[in-house]
Amino acid sequence: MAKRLSILDVDRCVGCQLCIYACARRGGRAGTDGARIDVRSAGGMRRGFVVIVCRACDDPPCARACPVGALVPRDGGGVRVVAGQCTSCGACQAACPFGAIQRDSAGRPLVCVYCGTCARYCPHGVLALEEIERSDDAAR
Amino acid sequence: MLPGDPLARVLTIDLSAQRFEIAERRDLFEESLGGAGVAARLLDEECPRDADPLGPENPIVFAVGPLVDLFPLASKTVAMFKSPHTGNLGESHAGGRSATSIRLAGYGAIVIRGASPSPTYLVIDGDRVQFHDASALWGLQSSATVGRVLREREAGSGHRSILRIGPAGERRVSYAGVITETYRHFGRLGLGAVFGSKRLKAIVIVGRRSLPVADPVSYRRVYDALYEAATASAAMRKYHDLGTPMNVLPLNELGALPTRNLREARFDGAAAISGEALAEGLLGRRLACSHCPVACIHLAALRTPHPKEPYFYKTSMLAYDYELIYALGSLLGVGNPENLLLLMDEVEAQGLDAISTGVSLAWATEARERRMVSDQDLDGIRLAWGDGVAYRDAVRRIVSQPTDLYHALARGVAAAAAAFGGEEFALAFGGNEMAGYHTGPAGYLGFLVGARHSHLDNAGYAIDQKRLTAGLPAADDAIIDEIVAEEEWRQVLASLVVCFFARGLYAPDVLRDALACAGIEANEARLREIGADTLTRKWAFKRHCGFELASMRLPERIFETPSPSGTIDRSVVKAHLRQFAERTTATPP
Repeated sequence: MAKRLSILDVDRCVGCQLCIYACARRGGRAGTDGARIDVRSAGGMRRGFVVIVCRACDDPPCARACPVGALVPRDGGGVRVVAGQCTSCGACQAACPFGAIQRDSAGRPLVCVYCGTCARYCPHGVLALEEIERSDDAAR
Repeated sequence: MLPGDPLARVLTIDLSAQRFEIAERRDLFEESLGGAGVAARLLDEECPRDADPLGPENPIVFAVGPLVDLFPLASKTVAMFKSPHTGNLGESHAGGRSATSIRLAGYGAIVIRGASPSPTYLVIDGDRVQFHDASALWGLQSSATVGRVLREREAGSGHRSILRIGPAGERRVSYAGVITETYRHFGRLGLGAVFGSKRLKAIVIVGRRSLPVADPVSYRRVYDALYEAATASAAMRKYHDLGTPMNVLPLNELGALPTRNLREARFDGAAAISGEALAEGLLGRRLACSHCPVACIHLAALRTPHPKEPYFYKTSMLAYDYELIYALGSLLGVGNPENLLLLMDEVEAQGLDAISTGVSLAWATEARERRMVSDQDLDGIRLAWGDGVAYRDAVRRIVSQPTDLYHALARGVAAAAAAFGGEEFALAFGGNEMAGYHTGPAGYLGFLVGARHSHLDNAGYAIDQKRLTAGLPAADDAIIDEIVAEEEWRQVLASLVVCFFARGLYAPDVLRDALACAGIEANEARLREIGADTLTRKWAFKRHCGFELASMRLPERIFETPSPSGTIDRSVVKAHLRQFAERTTATPP
């Protein structure tokens, strides 16, 4: 069964950004560049935070928007990026209504790989990696 | 330092010429790591001996360290400048997103020189520095509005820091602070006034990049060990649950909570303004600095009715911390939590340092009681213990300065007492208003001999508490060594910009392993050498500015009100101060 990230309780987010650092660390470096998840304030920190991450759509608009077929729909939802195909045109980023496609400093799209590293480093139970159950999804 | 690590880059911005330059300064970071160590060296280079703290010649230095953005709980920025409040070393630390943004913008330090002819705000985004007109922002009533405007106007949401001043900085109140991310502060010693003197309203710093590590495998191992330790630690849990206000009840019970200008050391209203009561009744949200799992920042959700309109309410999110509860609560006898929060909100809006404000108002209240100042001096504000509304009105006047008394209060309690009398109950040491710890002789010695005269310099109050628990004598000579050793070690932490709350996690061997990940070799002996050197440098700066330990004033009040360690003996404190003075003059810079 395919997995995806789920935001369990965004009200518990304290804006520590440990998820961003964890995702970026997967590349063997420190810092924040290369992260596929983002956290920003909901119009000032007093209002809390928004956590921006791929929700693994069943029929992903980013894949449909890609003119060169570099984003391939994944079985069960979401996409995977075919390295080498991408021309960094940015159409996928514009197509995602959540803004869940990040770009690295070279302009390449960064899409969640549904590995759950960010959730493992979330100290406050905001994020979890869960199996996609399509019946649930339809009800949402 | 690893190839490709931008830590050694120092950005220098000249506000007078509207120019900037970037220099590679490996020497600074190799010799002093970062943070306090590097800032002290840059201050030495940049600040003329006789600089006017509010003149264009006074530089502002910000510095971060090699562990920032690599590891959790190392997200502080150290600011150094000549203090307009004390006339010597100005040093203030803040978290929020300031340090992570500076490092990811590609710098280890930022120096700001000169003064702008008209109000300006700066945007630092990687290698670009923009000078923007801030004349429309100048004069805004609240520091919060400045943040709101710049948040909307500038790019980089989530990956930036917005430093700004309020009206107090514009009016150069000598203890005006700089606010970052709405709820964190370069609070003490007047950085806000230095911003104001340069007509610098705000700085937006945007940074996003990756940083090299020496070996990805050991990096992950060291990171995970630190992360596990931080999230499993009971102390960190407490900082998360209640935050620093967890100290209100224990200090009150101990008889160490300065109350009504320290005429007492227990506050009858402590329970209502304790961390527990605020969490149960008003806590609305917790926040964290970047890359910190603890989230010690506590916001109260305060719902207040409109004064005229029926069924109209506003809900404000107000940050509270122990030092604010002490300085604006117990020290002023304000025990109503709503009034206390509204007072904190006013201090925040004006952009003042809360400790200096509270201590100054406590002195003014007692001076009014003793008829040393008149209601006319106070512009009609009848200051009285517990009257939060009167204190709010007085806070606004500290900034607008309608009378000679408020003009003096805008330079702190020592200046006000020098002009109006009452020095014996003016609670400042080395010109800096005291923090909320009436614990005993080590606490006061700590305030006196700390290079910033801050409780965080050496935590002398913790030495008192440790001795009380262990049943050891409060005032033996060993406390001098303990204070010096702690202050030297804290220079290491402040150079690596590790949060002092995490000092237990970052033991010397952990620091060695963490630094190795950044390609820096430093064992405990080397770290201690750097710590001692940094402290010596800071003292050299103080002495060059004319600071003398021998001339320090000891307010009688601290010897009158018994502490948990017993009544403090003036002659013992003086003797310790003398011994300390001999020590520091024996080690020339």
